[in-house]
Amino acid sequence: MDEGLKSELQKAGIFTTTLSGLYNWGRKNSLWPLQFGLACCAIEMIATSMARYDLARFGAEVFRPSPRQADLMIVAGTVTKKMAPQVVRLYRQMPSPKYVIAMGACAISGGPFKQGYNVLKGIDRFIPVDVHIPGCPPRPEALLHSIMTLQRKITEDSLAKNREKEEQERLKSELPIPVHGAQDLEPAQNPKIWKAPAARKA
Amino acid sequence: MENEKAILPEVQQIADAINAAVKNAGVTVSINPSPAEQHSLLLFPTKARECAQWLKAESPWQLDYLSNVSGNDWPEDAITKQTPKQPVKDAGEEPMHPCLEAVYHLYSIRQSLGPIIIRMRTENRSDKVELPSLTPIWRSAELQEREIFDLYGIHFEGHPDLRRLRMWDEFEDHPMRRDYVEPDDYDYEPTPHGDVLKKSLTQQEGTV
Repeated sequence: MDEGLKSELQKAGIFTTTLSGLYNWGRKNSLWPLQFGLACCAIEMIATSMARYDLARFGAEVFRPSPRQADLMIVAGTVTKKMAPQVVRLYRQMPSPKYVIAMGACAISGGPFKQGYNVLKGIDRFIPVDVHIPGCPPRPEALLHSIMTLQRKITEDSLAKNREKEEQERLKSELPIPVHGAQDLEPAQNPKIWKAPAARKA
Repeated sequence: MENEKAILPEVQQIADAINAAVKNAGVTVSINPSPAEQHSLLLFPTKARECAQWLKAESPWQLDYLSNVSGNDWPEDAITKQTPKQPVKDAGEEPMHPCLEAVYHLYSIRQSLGPIIIRMRTENRSDKVELPSLTPIWRSAELQEREIFDLYGIHFEGHPDLRRLRMWDEFEDHPMRRDYVEPDDYDYEPTPHGDVLKKSLTQQEGTV
């Protein structure tokens, strides 16, 4: 709808919107995160939900303990290989549509512990991530900015029936869970989700 | 030479006291050649539990608090490179053999003294890796000995629940040993140098 007409009508007291606009507005302003703090970034996440930085004004105050009731997973902290299958399991249990924020350097790529034998080098090796927040730890303002970015992303979702998108969403709940092998996780990463960067030329 | 300097009288005193109280204890002082000079008592695995029990209950020092258990790996090259001038030797003047080692730091809460350090060494690094567990004597050894079992491979006999602590149960290696090779699963950094640069040049695309 034309923006000028919209504001004219608003001045006359008539509020117009689209169905998908309304639906997305409801979803983005009530993102319920899953309680998922793994390491130090969890402390910053808690600080963001406290009085000074207040995540509650974005609708995200209720951190759900159960994945079945959450639609946002904030992976805050280092993901170890021992924990990785459980992260994927919890992600699979979340109902669609679901979003993932990788908070902090460790969740993005292993961070300062990149050479660790038990560190998973980035949670995006196994689950699709929507927003990455760099930082070690990122400031609470950065987490708020990432929630706002995610909200912008949700606004662009369309309600129109789209077979491929629905299939993609359904497959998110059937991602393969890595198994603890003898030396490493098996598979070490999910090739459909993550490809290693190109090798450096001499 | 460092080894001929007078050993702290307290540590030698403790060694003599254990040798007097426990039959055939054979406790010697293991000299620490670094400036910290924290000399430790080397116990034989067969007599270690009796010595530990005596130290806790009947000794004049009442060492009732075990604050730390650490593991240590002595492969061949670590022994020869330990000090620039000479290999590590115990007070018995014999060079060390390749082994795994457990080091215990003991304190006395009642008398506010410590740390008294005791060590136990396995026979070799490959198949004879058992040591007696001191968990029945000091409960705080329980989780720490589990960690050492996980990361070094020392099997503690008499431990109530010996299984891996940090790595997953199906893991088949001991990461803190000096010959552990970590899996090659991280990609190069934006500005690699040194070993990481060599590694990044040989990595193929899509294999990391």
